[in-house]
Amino acid sequence: MRRLVRNRVAVFGMVVVSIIALAAIIGPALIFRATGYTYDYIPADPDLVKSFAPSWMHPMGTDNEGRDMLARVLLGGRISLMVGIISTIVSLVIGTAWGATAGYAGGKLDELMMRIVDILFAIPYMMVVIVLLALFGRHTAMGQLVLLFIALGAVSWLTMARIVRGQVISLKNQEFILAARATGVPKWKIILRHLVPNTLGPVIVYATLEVPAVMLLEAFLSFLGLGVQAPLASWGSLASEGIQNIAVFPWQLIFPGVTMALTLFSLNFIGDGLRDALDPQMKKS
Amino acid sequence: MPKPLISIRDLKVHFKRRRQLVQAVDGVSLDIQPGETVGLVGESGCGKTTLGRAVLRLTDITNGSVFFRDQDLAHLSHSEMQKQRRHLQMIFQDPYASLDPRMTVAQILAEPLDTFSLYKGGERDGRIRELMETVGLSPRFVRRYPHEFSGGQQQRIGIARALAANPDFIVADEPISALDVSIQAQIMNLMERLRRERNLTYLFVSHDLRAVRHVSDRVAVMYLGKLVEIADAKAIYDNPLMPYTKALISAVPVPNPKIEATRKRLVLEGDVPSPINPPKGCRFHTRCPWAVPDCRHTVPTLQEIQPNHWAACIRISPEQPHIEHAPSASSGSQ
Amino acid sequence: MNLLSVRNLRTYFDTDGGVVKAVDDVSFDIEPGKTLGIVGESGSGKSVTNLSIMRLIPSPPGRIVSGEVLFGGKDLLKLPTDEIRKVRGKRIGMIFQDPMSSLNPFMRISRQLMEVTELHMGHSSKQAREHAVNMLQLVGIPDAGARIDSYPHEFSGGMRQRVMIAMALSCRPELLIADEPTTALDVTIQAQILELIKKIKSEIRTSVILITHDLGVVAGMADAIIVMYAGKVFERASAGDLFERPANPYTKGLLMSVPDPLRESKARGELYQIPGLPPDPANLPPGCPFAPRCDKAADICRREFPPMVQVAPGHESLCHFAKEVYAEAAHLHS
Repeated sequence: MRRLVRNRVAVFGMVVVSIIALAAIIGPALIFRATGYTYDYIPADPDLVKSFAPSWMHPMGTDNEGRDMLARVLLGGRISLMVGIISTIVSLVIGTAWGATAGYAGGKLDELMMRIVDILFAIPYMMVVIVLLALFGRHTAMGQLVLLFIALGAVSWLTMARIVRGQVISLKNQEFILAARATGVPKWKIILRHLVPNTLGPVIVYATLEVPAVMLLEAFLSFLGLGVQAPLASWGSLASEGIQNIAVFPWQLIFPGVTMALTLFSLNFIGDGLRDALDPQMKKS
Repeated sequence: MPKPLISIRDLKVHFKRRRQLVQAVDGVSLDIQPGETVGLVGESGCGKTTLGRAVLRLTDITNGSVFFRDQDLAHLSHSEMQKQRRHLQMIFQDPYASLDPRMTVAQILAEPLDTFSLYKGGERDGRIRELMETVGLSPRFVRRYPHEFSGGQQQRIGIARALAANPDFIVADEPISALDVSIQAQIMNLMERLRRERNLTYLFVSHDLRAVRHVSDRVAVMYLGKLVEIADAKAIYDNPLMPYTKALISAVPVPNPKIEATRKRLVLEGDVPSPINPPKGCRFHTRCPWAVPDCRHTVPTLQEIQPNHWAACIRISPEQPHIEHAPSASSGSQ
Repeated sequence: MNLLSVRNLRTYFDTDGGVVKAVDDVSFDIEPGKTLGIVGESGSGKSVTNLSIMRLIPSPPGRIVSGEVLFGGKDLLKLPTDEIRKVRGKRIGMIFQDPMSSLNPFMRISRQLMEVTELHMGHSSKQAREHAVNMLQLVGIPDAGARIDSYPHEFSGGMRQRVMIAMALSCRPELLIADEPTTALDVTIQAQILELIKKIKSEIRTSVILITHDLGVVAGMADAIIVMYAGKVFERASAGDLFERPANPYTKGLLMSVPDPLRESKARGELYQIPGLPPDPANLPPGCPFAPRCDKAADICRREFPPMVQVAPGHESLCHFAKEVYAEAAHLHS
């Protein structure tokens, strides 16, 4: 922990992400209180149903439907972050369980499990996701979101499994594992109590770097029109709407774009910082 | 003759490494009496570490038996073996690597207690405290992590863990090799004291001949998977009979310049062969200064050359125990 | 006339935990053709002393603070870098503990050997190769002409160490520094390597600095010995004098804590153990660094740094009670 805090870039990242996350969580409510705008509020007055440049009332301007950009960007943040975090958690759980079991078991089971991973890896996941979404996606906004989580999580657990397996294999020959066996500790306990906690280092780092990657994936999908649908917003869908009008109403792209970029590289900074901080700690001091 | 605590019978551990058969342990038989320390010496590749692990069934046994109080550990079911582990523990070579770096000392010591459901509830803390004190560590440090201790202290923690469930038999696999000289003496003394106080039985595996001689009652010498000599510790050092043992003892440097200057060293030629393709016949014949053509064909078995002194060499016998004086083998060129 | 004179060498390291005085005012001399043994445990500073002589200390975080290293009249510490490179390998050869990491695994042995003489002695390829084969024969590598083109991993540990020795001696250096040359080797191989070093020493007439923690090794090889502890020289004497009549409690403690098969009358007495732990070089106590573990320690030891006392010609000890310890030792071997 101490070493992480000394890494100023990582601290910067943590601060930015915290602010944005906080804003995403409570922002929309605050804005509603202050101005009455929500992300999907379309003004009744037809004159107001168009894109306005940033002003006091609308600090980030409005989109083509007159909806407040700030509210939409904040909602976008909520959704993008949720997608990123939940998918990563899903992939973490599946990947760790799979990788740890394969790594510890070794032999035929390991081979089988990793062949499956290899095969799944070879499938162009984008196609799978797109097909899934196209087939099942259009029912409810919530359903869409859940499907998105599952699809993205299902794809990224593969690398997690590989990482965990690699760690477990290098750990399982360590003497303290042999010592646990000699003490009579049952296999499942060895995996849970000894192996998994000791693999946490690289796993956490990978997970932290996975979140922005998944968010980008989601942005791409939404950009294609497959992800989040209006009136919901994610940074990606906002970007895809914004890019159509970039010449005329640049703020529609700039604000969601900049916010997203800021969040992504802040998360990356945190991930890098964590990796540097956790690595030497593993060694004897 | 009292019944041995551990009786190893024709134990074989063979495994495949990259398509080649490694005969790490190839037919070892040895009895270990309750309360004694048997030293197991040999150089790299001789199989002593594998033997130590096989006795506790931490490696798969290819063939043979390990009897512990009438139970053949080699043929027990997995769950039965787990129950026996309570009585059979191990101390490891690398003190730091043998402790989970993410567990506190208290957790490390609690693990065997949990596994065998001992000292539950209120008694737990007391037992942990007692274990720390027994190995000479202050119970204050019970919440520290392994990396906060020195090598010698880490080894003490390892010993405390081995003692937690009140075992009868402990295999010590090079327990002092990784420690500084001044700390080695501390650990050896500790192990000896524990043996006396708790009536333990040790198998002390090591390449350090001086240490083994000091702690052991009897010593077994291993070469390429087989036992070549077994005798009382003093006898092995003062009167080694098998040529390999002679070379081994001769090679140990003595901390006494006068003696070192005048003694005659028996220096072996060549390298220690690999257990993958051991020489035929007597495995030592390729480096033995007294080898004769027969040694290439005959596999020597352990014979009681002198009372309680067993050696595996075809050129010596109870009538002629000293190979230097042994008559040359049957004439005729071969 | 001394071949090498180290005077008041101080090498410090700047670390997160403070300044580590790895070598703190160390002085010693070596005469031509003699072997000096440097004995110490981990943290004593013996390896750092060595690396300082050759100016191989990584420069942050280490720095040679003061002192002189007079070799053939010149102070090595003050030479410009290109001059020091001419000394390294040519006039001073080094061998290290782990031959695997000192040999480039991707380069054939022939190349690595030839590089040395091509560089320092201006050999042509042909000359270098011939010389290399001769060196390998000198160190006892069988079939040198054919095996010279192998890679390091194709040799065993003992063979690799011989290759290292060949490399170090290629240019017939005046001084050979051997840092724990046999610690990683099996005991029979160790005997081979030590015999080799002795033989070469007499043939090429090099002086040798032998660094080790093994008192037996140093007893058989060294003419003079210095004992290091916490970066300082604690005792300096001829080999015979040191073992027979140590004048320093630390030396005495070390000698008594090593099991000596030939000294012990009863095999199972308790070994003398030096209590406590090796010092933390970043946090040395005031006064004598050994005081916390010394059974002779008195108040003065904890307060004042001890003087270097000469107890006999050529025999000095860093201790407030050097003369008493020396006198007591006379009774040790009666």
